[in-house]
Amino acid sequence: MSDKKEFDRDSISNTLIVAIGLSLVCSIIVSSAAIVLKPVQEKNEEAFRQRIILDVAGLMEPGGDIAELFQAIEPRMVNLETGDYTDSGDEGVHVVIPEELDLAGIGERPTNVPVYLVMHGNDVDQIILPVYGKGLWSTMLGYLSLEPDGNTIKGLRFYAHAETPGLGDQIDKEAWRALWVGKEVFDSGDEPQIRVMRGPVPAGAHNSQHLIDGMSGATLTGNGVTGLVQYWTGPHGFGPYLKNYREAG
Amino acid sequence: MSEARKVLIDPLVDNNPVTLQMLGICSALAVTTSLLPALLMCVALTSVTALSGATISALRHRIPNNIRIIVHMTIIASLVILVDQLLKAYAFETSKQLSVFVGLIITNCIVLGRAEAFAMKNGVVMSFIDGLGNGLGYSIILITVATLRELFGAGTLFGYTVLELTSNGGWYVANGLMLLPPSAFFIIGLLIWGIRTWRKQQVEKPDYQIHEVHRTEVY
Repeated sequence: MSDKKEFDRDSISNTLIVAIGLSLVCSIIVSSAAIVLKPVQEKNEEAFRQRIILDVAGLMEPGGDIAELFQAIEPRMVNLETGDYTDSGDEGVHVVIPEELDLAGIGERPTNVPVYLVMHGNDVDQIILPVYGKGLWSTMLGYLSLEPDGNTIKGLRFYAHAETPGLGDQIDKEAWRALWVGKEVFDSGDEPQIRVMRGPVPAGAHNSQHLIDGMSGATLTGNGVTGLVQYWTGPHGFGPYLKNYREAG
Repeated sequence: MSEARKVLIDPLVDNNPVTLQMLGICSALAVTTSLLPALLMCVALTSVTALSGATISALRHRIPNNIRIIVHMTIIASLVILVDQLLKAYAFETSKQLSVFVGLIITNCIVLGRAEAFAMKNGVVMSFIDGLGNGLGYSIILITVATLRELFGAGTLFGYTVLELTSNGGWYVANGLMLLPPSAFFIIGLLIWGIRTWRKQQVEKPDYQIHEVHRTEVY
């Protein structure tokens, strides 16, 4: 105890020792935790993304092994300018979206975007497109699944958003997602007709195959969903790519 | 041992960090829309408060006065990052809901407050228990708020349906306000009211009181 009295913890040397020592110890702890846990975390991220894709494809089974189920899905890169597949592994240059075309409110998009094909033998069974755009508060990220006719919707699912709890966050709820199944994106032209209404779809509307019931209290979130689906299926998004499918089918 | 008991039990109601000291309100609003993230947040905060208390207490004779807050913050921040990394690895989906709020434990006044007020003056074991007690005091409030919000806002507890919602063909009309941050203010306010009715000694004296002068005192 006696030497503790003589020990001056406010001396410059002790201050330096404590500061440097603590920084070293803490940085070693933090960085080794990050390095040790990184593989587990990356596996989680990947599994989460794959699960969302399986979910939108309707292939997710409760308790199923995600990696195994994902075998049925083939990721491909699509060049949005040409609408054809590309072997390029990266996103390519980011293109600024002209303001009048930017229905999703995202400003720019990459040239090459991955799509996920659900294969049934050698035939494509579903086309899953990544879609994202601005809602009321946040950027909503999701996947849109289409039938191989490039037109009929099989599902739409968002996996990241920060829309109003209880109102806009219905975009992620089973009941609202179910409304999308079987709807059609296009009429006869190349402009997407699919739209989220304000309020319910009027009974007997002639174009009801393109209309989705709005969410009460979340008109702006619904408009955001309309915008992003129309953008990504439209001429500046996957339009040219989907056109290939529509013409083939 | 009774001293340790007091240190552990005191922050639960009598000296609760949220309802008496009004600390940690921000995260109490943000992560209490449902029970599971709230529970995880409680575990994260309690472990950080306890471990940082113990660490700071162990170093308390060496920590120079003029950089002590920085030292506290470094220790707390390291622990928080550690907890955050662990959650991302082993409780991935819930950690996604907690998003930035685990990181914000660093700025939670309860943690730094206990480091300054208790850990710098007391032994390692006591500081650990003190951190545990304060973490649990915070947890009690958070879990109460989250239970009420999830039950009345979404009709579920831990995601399991308790009150069948009208939107699913049930009888309960969900109270959307419960899912918005202000409802946490209302619930915490009601809790404080309740606790202070029960424990009168927590009622604060008014800051200012008008001194009434009777007519006969004036001449």
